[in-house]
Amino acid sequence: MTTRSVIAPALVVEGLRKEFPAHSRGGKALVAVDDVSFTLERGGSLAVVGESGSGKTTTARIVAGLERATSGTVTAAGSGKGTARPVQMVFQDPFASLDPRQRIGAGLTELLRVRIGLGRAAARERAVGLLAEVGLDEQHAARLPRDLSGGQRQRVAIARALALEPEILILDEAVAALDVSVQAQVLNLLRDIRERTTVAFLFVSHDLAVVRQVTDQCLVMRNGRVVEQGPTAEVLDHPRDPYTRELLDAVPRPGWQPRRRSA
Amino acid sequence: MATLTATLRLRRMSTRRPGDPLLMVSAALAAGLVVLAVIGPWIAPYDPAATDVLAASQGPSGAHLFGTDSLGRDIFSRALTGARLSFAGPGIIVLGSAGLGTLLALAAAWHGGWVDRLLNRLLTLLFAIPGVLVAVVAAAVFGAGFWAPVLALTLVYTPYVARVVRSVAVRQRQLPYIEALQLAGLPTWRICLRHLLPNVAPIVLAQATIGFGSALMDFGAVSFLGLGMQPPTAEWGVMVADGRSEVLDGAVQQSMAAGLCIVISVVAFNVLGERLTQRFGGTR
Repeated sequence: MTTRSVIAPALVVEGLRKEFPAHSRGGKALVAVDDVSFTLERGGSLAVVGESGSGKTTTARIVAGLERATSGTVTAAGSGKGTARPVQMVFQDPFASLDPRQRIGAGLTELLRVRIGLGRAAARERAVGLLAEVGLDEQHAARLPRDLSGGQRQRVAIARALALEPEILILDEAVAALDVSVQAQVLNLLRDIRERTTVAFLFVSHDLAVVRQVTDQCLVMRNGRVVEQGPTAEVLDHPRDPYTRELLDAVPRPGWQPRRRSA
Repeated sequence: MATLTATLRLRRMSTRRPGDPLLMVSAALAAGLVVLAVIGPWIAPYDPAATDVLAASQGPSGAHLFGTDSLGRDIFSRALTGARLSFAGPGIIVLGSAGLGTLLALAAAWHGGWVDRLLNRLLTLLFAIPGVLVAVVAAAVFGAGFWAPVLALTLVYTPYVARVVRSVAVRQRQLPYIEALQLAGLPTWRICLRHLLPNVAPIVLAQATIGFGSALMDFGAVSFLGLGMQPPTAEWGVMVADGRSEVLDGAVQQSMAAGLCIVISVVAFNVLGERLTQRFGGTR
């Protein structure tokens, strides 16, 4: 653990700000993200929590390069070398984030051939390996997304992200659309991946119970600002900011032990 | 267990879209017509150009199913042979306009903004021009024949494909899977051609089918006006025109046969295209 802080962090975000222009003339621009800074260690796992409209997803999209920040900097590990993209993302809706007409295996081999430069045979072999890594097998390769369940599709989305060997994996409400039992399975998978690889997680969620299971650092956002930041356990057990306490109180069952969920 | 699987299978079948008899009938008819157009010249009982003045202007009989024209040529054989040319014209028009229209639609849907607006203006402009008129002008400028009207009609049919495909492509473009592919770093052309295109392909097919029916009529009309295919070529539009003078003599068979061929083909392809549009367009 101590060696991690010696090497460069996977992601450094400094003074991030994002304004969306006003709809009407003379209206105020919406400030979605306001002076957000954080560091994500290599192999670390950082949660960004907050209610809808708190700017957490916008922050994630800027880090992924899907939006441009109004000001501030995002420095991702390896972002200097060529066209390689060190940041990959798993989207919220597993029913819309896969090409409906492409078979699972074909989608993976396409990424591996075009982006990683593997040959046909090597790509196919690696695709099967990736599917195994996310708990799917060879027979799923021949399926179309519509033949898979939500949990399976999200596994495919994770496999697709891992295929590109990212430094940072953004999970944007990646388990929010899943049933609770399926959610637990996917969370277990994410924990396995953290143990096996050095990929860092940026975990965007409104679900504090989920956050506790897969992250060790936590960042609480409200109205585009960071209100509290620290180790996940500490922030959730001893919240200093009143808003964090409010969020915690909003969890349906107080005193509920999320660890039971994985059973 | 067996009953469970059986009920599950039944349920799955019942959730599938109900069969569309009109789609089946029109598809069968269209397919049959295409087959006839391909093999027509080989199965025609007579040489379509062979004249027999002694058997001129006969009504339908066992020897001549559709009768003969004023030169004694067998109308059935001419209609069969002419099908190939009458289908080849619209076929090329549809291939060209579907290709061009889809390309424009994808470009507009992908870039949005000013590219979309510019293309929209251009398409609106093209919509305002009647197809046959353009074909006639093209024939006047470049000479009557096959290619001038075909190329002109290709241009005229492009906006019809482009408009519908664009609207479907815009919807697809906004789905997260496109963003996921961009984030994966795939080249734009690859996302457009390997991912966006297959997802709009059904609607392209449906529009092309409707277009085929209309193009067949327009192409026939240009030939009828004497600016497309020329007599004595066996082609339906030419045959309708040839038959006009015979109608005055009471021999309606040539115009009637060729006209019916055109009508049946147009209806078959239009209905098929409508049904396909309903099937593919309504689902998204």
